[in-house]
Amino acid sequence: MQSSNLLELAGAISSGAVRVVDLTFTLSPDFPVIVLPPEFSPAAPVRIQELSRYDARGPAWYWNNVSFCEHTGTHFDAPIHWFTGKDLPNNAVDTMPPKDMLAPACVIDCSAQAKQDPDFLLTIPVVEAWEAQHGRIPERNWVLLRTDWSKKGWRDYANLRDDGAHTPGPNPAVMKWLVEQRGIIGFGTETIGTDAGQAGHFDPPYPAHHFLHGAGRYGLQCLCNLDQLPAKGAVIIASPLKIQNGSGSPLRVIALVSSS
Amino acid sequence: MINPIDPPRRKNPLLRTRLPASPPRARSRKSHGFTRAAAEGRFMLQRCAACNTFAYPARDACPSCLSADLPFVDAPRRGTLLAETTARVPSDVYFRERAPWRIGLVKMDCGPTIVAHLHADCSEGAPVRMSFQLDKSGQAVAFARPEEETPNMDDDRQWREMTADPKFRRVLVTNGRSAIGLETVTALQAAGAKTVFVGVAEPWRPFAGEQHLRKLDGIEIVALDASDEKSVADLAADIGGKVDILINTTEYIRPGGVLDRKGTAIAREEIDHAYLGFLNLAQGFGPAMRMRGADGVNSSAAWVNVLSVYALANWPAYGAYSASQAACLSLSHCLRAELRPGGVKLTNLFTGPVDTEWFQMVPPPKVAPRAIAQAIVAALKSGLEDVYVGDVAEEIRQRLAANPKALERELDR
Repeated sequence: MQSSNLLELAGAISSGAVRVVDLTFTLSPDFPVIVLPPEFSPAAPVRIQELSRYDARGPAWYWNNVSFCEHTGTHFDAPIHWFTGKDLPNNAVDTMPPKDMLAPACVIDCSAQAKQDPDFLLTIPVVEAWEAQHGRIPERNWVLLRTDWSKKGWRDYANLRDDGAHTPGPNPAVMKWLVEQRGIIGFGTETIGTDAGQAGHFDPPYPAHHFLHGAGRYGLQCLCNLDQLPAKGAVIIASPLKIQNGSGSPLRVIALVSSS
Repeated sequence: MINPIDPPRRKNPLLRTRLPASPPRARSRKSHGFTRAAAEGRFMLQRCAACNTFAYPARDACPSCLSADLPFVDAPRRGTLLAETTARVPSDVYFRERAPWRIGLVKMDCGPTIVAHLHADCSEGAPVRMSFQLDKSGQAVAFARPEEETPNMDDDRQWREMTADPKFRRVLVTNGRSAIGLETVTALQAAGAKTVFVGVAEPWRPFAGEQHLRKLDGIEIVALDASDEKSVADLAADIGGKVDILINTTEYIRPGGVLDRKGTAIAREEIDHAYLGFLNLAQGFGPAMRMRGADGVNSSAAWVNVLSVYALANWPAYGAYSASQAACLSLSHCLRAELRPGGVKLTNLFTGPVDTEWFQMVPPPKVAPRAIAQAIVAALKSGLEDVYVGDVAEEIRQRLAANPKALERELDR
């Protein structure tokens, strides 16, 4: 590739010919985190402690200490996050290949179904129907599940009931199929996890985590603005913090979308 | 008989909020025997171990036989009002602002004569019930009330200076998600609180009792996560100037000590919720409370912490939790000192294991959340500083006083 092409891209971004869409929620203390039974170690929520704000603690500067779990806010899952990916090489956020941080995305719009059914599950026939319209999902693409879940208030977003969370996600068969038959680089959702809210009851439990990370692929969750992406052709930039042996991290997820 | 106090009107914004003055503070070290008694709501006097003579005020030697063995013991409260007087133009700023102020001489049935602040219904020659109360300086003063209940007794102007009665006051219960929090809301409403603000953290997470809470009248549910600095600051910005009583019901209870836990993630949660939560609340609400200590009938009055009695002595089965509570206890003494110029009391309630989920495997006796709520209101109404709720807490207090080492060994089981 010639360097002039890269400069052309930069020019297109500058001119607006290529739109830059932010797929990220603001990292804030009140953003819902994954809920586990309380006897397990809890994910720490985001905490922001002010160090100084142009005051006696630091007259000319404003800054904060921040702390959070690796899996808070819009965040990235590395293969080491799940037991199925624990022995893979370069399976953590600090060792994963940087080139995997940039890849095209296929966006499957299931917002209508998810509106009808909070437990909506993505299945192979749904993806095949999408492919019939947009063509086969290319290898090393992200598959992003659009549900418009990110537009809900926090309570409906978490949607916790006494039998667990009820949020949409993929079923086991489609996850295995996307990984093995389509060679996707990763799977992304608008919900708190890449898996459905009830996925602990699936076989295997948490199939997105199970199959993605077992094959060295990645997860993205708590995405927003997926409704601003085309079904095909957007390029996703998802570069997690380089945390030593990190299992994931909050990150800024950016999509490049051609305006034409 | 005294008239019931009227509900306070809204403040006149043209008038400056009066800063709280403090009554005289100096006391001898020996006199703090009364401070201890007042803090716990006990009536204690010195009694000579040699000749059984009761003495008052605090002395180093028995006025009867000169023995130096003069321990503080629980004493009978009954006395007779010999004489009374009304100070109309005192020179002290605190009393001048509150004049006229009645005081009297009370002859105790057990011997000594005591100068005491008087309830309005006390009359000369009549029997009185004596107590030691903590005044706005946090120091013990003798207070005489009629022996029998009288109408609107708690509304007495001088008595209300000694207490933090929730009547007509606005109260923030910091955690409405817990059983203790919910019961406290109910108890405060029954005690006549004007408004109860109820903090709910992570409102997206449903909780037991939520429907009940949302149906209650006269409360305001507010977003409050004590462990989040910004959440506390935001709420304090909204209602900091109208929180007269703050009840810190923040809780984070997990079993386990040091070696049988792996890592520090849970310990950090314990500290974030209990200790830093307390600190955030204090920094958010403390300054306005300290400034509003003399702001009329609904002045700021008290800060209440619900603590585990294992803050006093570590219980290894809940060892890390005990340590987080000990940190809160220590911090509470600092906050108490810092609130003192405002005349705002800091009350710690010590409880044994509570009858809630996280003490499931602990055998009875366990404290009912309702008992804690009632103890909170009772402590506010009588102006206590240290309250032990339930048999376990009381037993720990006594064993700690008797032999801390024995208690340490015996908790290790």
